[in-house]
Amino acid sequence: MSRTATEPASRTAAEPASRTAAEPASRTAAQIATTETGPRELPPLGTQSAGAELVSSDAVLENGLRVLVVQRATVPVVEARLVVPFAEPQGFTTGAPHVGTAEVLAATLLAGTARRDRLALDTELAAVGAEVGASVDPERLVVGGSVLAEGLPVLLDVLADVLTGATHPTEEVDSERDRLVERLEVARSQPGVLAREAVLRRSLAGHPSAHEVPEVDEVTVVTAEDVRALHARAVVPRGALLVLVGDVEPEAVLEQVRTALAGWTSEHSATVLSPWPTITPAPTLLVDRAGAVQSQIRLVAQGVSRSDAGYPAAQLANLVLGGYFSSRLMENVREDKGYTYGASSGLDASQAGQVLTVELDTSRETTAAALMETVYELSRVVLVPPTDAEISSARQYAIGALSISLATQSGLASTLSRLVPLGLEPSWVREHPARLAATTDDEVRAAAARMFGPGRFTGIVQGDAAVLSDVLVALGGVAV
Amino acid sequence: MVHAAPPPALRSLVLDNGLRVLIAPDPSAPVIAVSVHYDVGFRSEPEGRTGFAHLFEHLMFQGSESLAKLEHFRVVQSSGGVFNGSTHPDYTDYFQVLPSAALERAIFLEADRMRAPKITAENLANQVEVVKEEIRLNVHNRPYGGLPWILLPPVLFDTFPNAHNGYGDFSHLEQASVDDCADFFDTWYAPANAVLTVAGDLDPDVAEALVRKHFGDVPVRPEPVRASFAEPQLSSERWEVHVDAHAPLPAVAVGYRLPDPAADLPGYLAAVVLGAVLTDSDSSRLQRTLVQRDGLVTDISAGCGLFGEPLDARDPDPFVVTAIHSPEASARQVLDAVDAEIATLAADGPSAVELAGVVARWRAGTHRSRDRLVSRTLEAGASELLFGNPHLSAELPDLVAAVTPEQVAAAAAALRPDARAVLEVQPGGAA
Repeated sequence: MSRTATEPASRTAAEPASRTAAEPASRTAAQIATTETGPRELPPLGTQSAGAELVSSDAVLENGLRVLVVQRATVPVVEARLVVPFAEPQGFTTGAPHVGTAEVLAATLLAGTARRDRLALDTELAAVGAEVGASVDPERLVVGGSVLAEGLPVLLDVLADVLTGATHPTEEVDSERDRLVERLEVARSQPGVLAREAVLRRSLAGHPSAHEVPEVDEVTVVTAEDVRALHARAVVPRGALLVLVGDVEPEAVLEQVRTALAGWTSEHSATVLSPWPTITPAPTLLVDRAGAVQSQIRLVAQGVSRSDAGYPAAQLANLVLGGYFSSRLMENVREDKGYTYGASSGLDASQAGQVLTVELDTSRETTAAALMETVYELSRVVLVPPTDAEISSARQYAIGALSISLATQSGLASTLSRLVPLGLEPSWVREHPARLAATTDDEVRAAAARMFGPGRFTGIVQGDAAVLSDVLVALGGVAV
Repeated sequence: MVHAAPPPALRSLVLDNGLRVLIAPDPSAPVIAVSVHYDVGFRSEPEGRTGFAHLFEHLMFQGSESLAKLEHFRVVQSSGGVFNGSTHPDYTDYFQVLPSAALERAIFLEADRMRAPKITAENLANQVEVVKEEIRLNVHNRPYGGLPWILLPPVLFDTFPNAHNGYGDFSHLEQASVDDCADFFDTWYAPANAVLTVAGDLDPDVAEALVRKHFGDVPVRPEPVRASFAEPQLSSERWEVHVDAHAPLPAVAVGYRLPDPAADLPGYLAAVVLGAVLTDSDSSRLQRTLVQRDGLVTDISAGCGLFGEPLDARDPDPFVVTAIHSPEASARQVLDAVDAEIATLAADGPSAVELAGVVARWRAGTHRSRDRLVSRTLEAGASELLFGNPHLSAELPDLVAAVTPEQVAAAAAALRPDARAVLEVQPGGAA
């Protein structure tokens, strides 16, 4: 379909509006950047429509499992997230270290039950379009999945079967353990994984959270008996959370879950991770990665809890420093200097505590300069506080990005499964835009002054020490 | 179940300057998305200028007549939105997702840079450095960097468009000039060479009026002639070795030619189903045999497209198998094991249960993807641009469901060991 435009092309265009026009291109870049009518004004924002209210149900079952069901019927699918706090239970030991046993447990959770072998499990899930996977970290075991809405009963049945009857068959444990050893090797060849380990050691040394990825010898000793014992002791409903989001009737689905998971019981409660130590400021440590063409800068400081009244101000201060593309850090280090593809800061939260992180990767040759610019911005945001315009931009972004992230079933399910275990109510996400709107500019400036400043940080630079150590020592604030 | 009503039909029109426009109203969330797909990707960049299409994508964010450097990012984000762009073999896309109040702004932003992007020597030099950091991050400083998308094409293809590195050589990036940028823009970024998609919580009449207001006077320029990238089928097994200093374990990538999806969509989709039957789940053929039973490979994937996305490029598009494997096995042993499973499928086809599982998972996966406004928007624009059908991604579950066991067997039979490219990755042991 082609018809005349409401505004004729020839009225404002630099070239005649003929479909057969034109010599081969030979304009300069300056000519391309200019039209006869000159720059135009940015259109104002229109009226914003409101999102629909969510229908949900929320209950703690007799077995202690909290179940949150939210209706969002955009597509005929249901997203599921089961979160079980999974720190090492006190007074419980198998022969193998918890970190290794937990990894093998996650890898074999769906590898067979008394009722179904591995093939039968996956085949039944496939028939209803379901995918399910398990992952573990020092804090929690997450079983996540999705299913065509009409297949939800099958997903719940498989989930119940796995939680109460996973057998972690010996041959599956043996093969997944060997595979895990190879995957750990691959993981530890990734500079990002190594840098994360190094900065966690630097900031949370001695705490289980400083040791997310098991060592090979912590995995090779794991036996099927260890895994089964940990499953019996720690894969328990009391203290766990199941979130279901999608094309569901919340009350009816809550009853389905109550019936399907009634047999999942334990006298124990899930084990919550012990609190993180307070992060002590310290010089940035140079970590050698010989020959590396690119370095990782990772700095951390004390964060702010989501449930703290000052959190919205802290969130906005973080955005101004490095929390989105239009931040001081990104505009300086990437868009002005070209030292990095991406620089960012973030407020990471866990049940055990919270940290403020600053990260970027930069070439060996620009490492010292990029670190200097990062430290400079950490100082400047205290001494030259965020302006009204910077705060207004951050506020609009925070509100808009939240609504975009909640506009999908999977986004809503993942957000709720992260926030509710932090002690927040599901309504927190709906109320948060109002909190951001009510936060004053001065509160944001005060938060920036409290959070930032290089003297509050510790961290690492991972790179080629042979090239970097002299110049970083000269820069100061770096331990080699 | 309480399924929402299906969204109203998609509206399509063509402006006088040749710009194709798709308008897709969907009131399920108070959010809108605007994307532009230009019909140029790294297969069209000039020889001696590898990486130029991607570098140019970065430059399109560096300001335009009405927006100074940094303003594009700032306007989108201070309006509550997110943005990005990406470069593919056959197209380059740009998008923003914003609260619905910012509909006109989003349309304005894309129109302004389609009409008059501002490319300066300073911004070019800056973005060359940024792109080099991107390449260090994704290729030079990590194990298996560029596997398979950079490393496999030079084994699989003979012509520059298909075989070269789309990220580019540093020396080529550094030689890029502002005049190169002007030529590239005038040649490839004509409105008649683009598809604009506007989707989300909007009134289609209002959206169409805004599109005409802001894009109507983008000057017409000739639509470039798109070259064919066709190459003859391979006539032997080609084998090359790449030493990866960062890789701890050996790996192998294998590429085969696929049917042209524009000419033989059922044949292409049979290969899509084949990929899922081979590696997509715990019950898939190669996961059960090579991973779970034999412990031969650590991770394996098989499917259509260099980036694991089917129907994201025109012909020629490869079927790719990639595996990271145990050092105890040779690449040849891994290939022999893969070949044995493929031969079984070629002889017997998949079972009805296997096919039903693939179809149900494909349906669920399509729904999940289309639950994201940005995915719906980008898929409509890309499938209109590549295949002239903006509904293709929505139709795929039904098309996949129509694939028969015989078609999958034929797709397996087409993966011939004597007509494929093999890239063997050997751990280099350094760094």
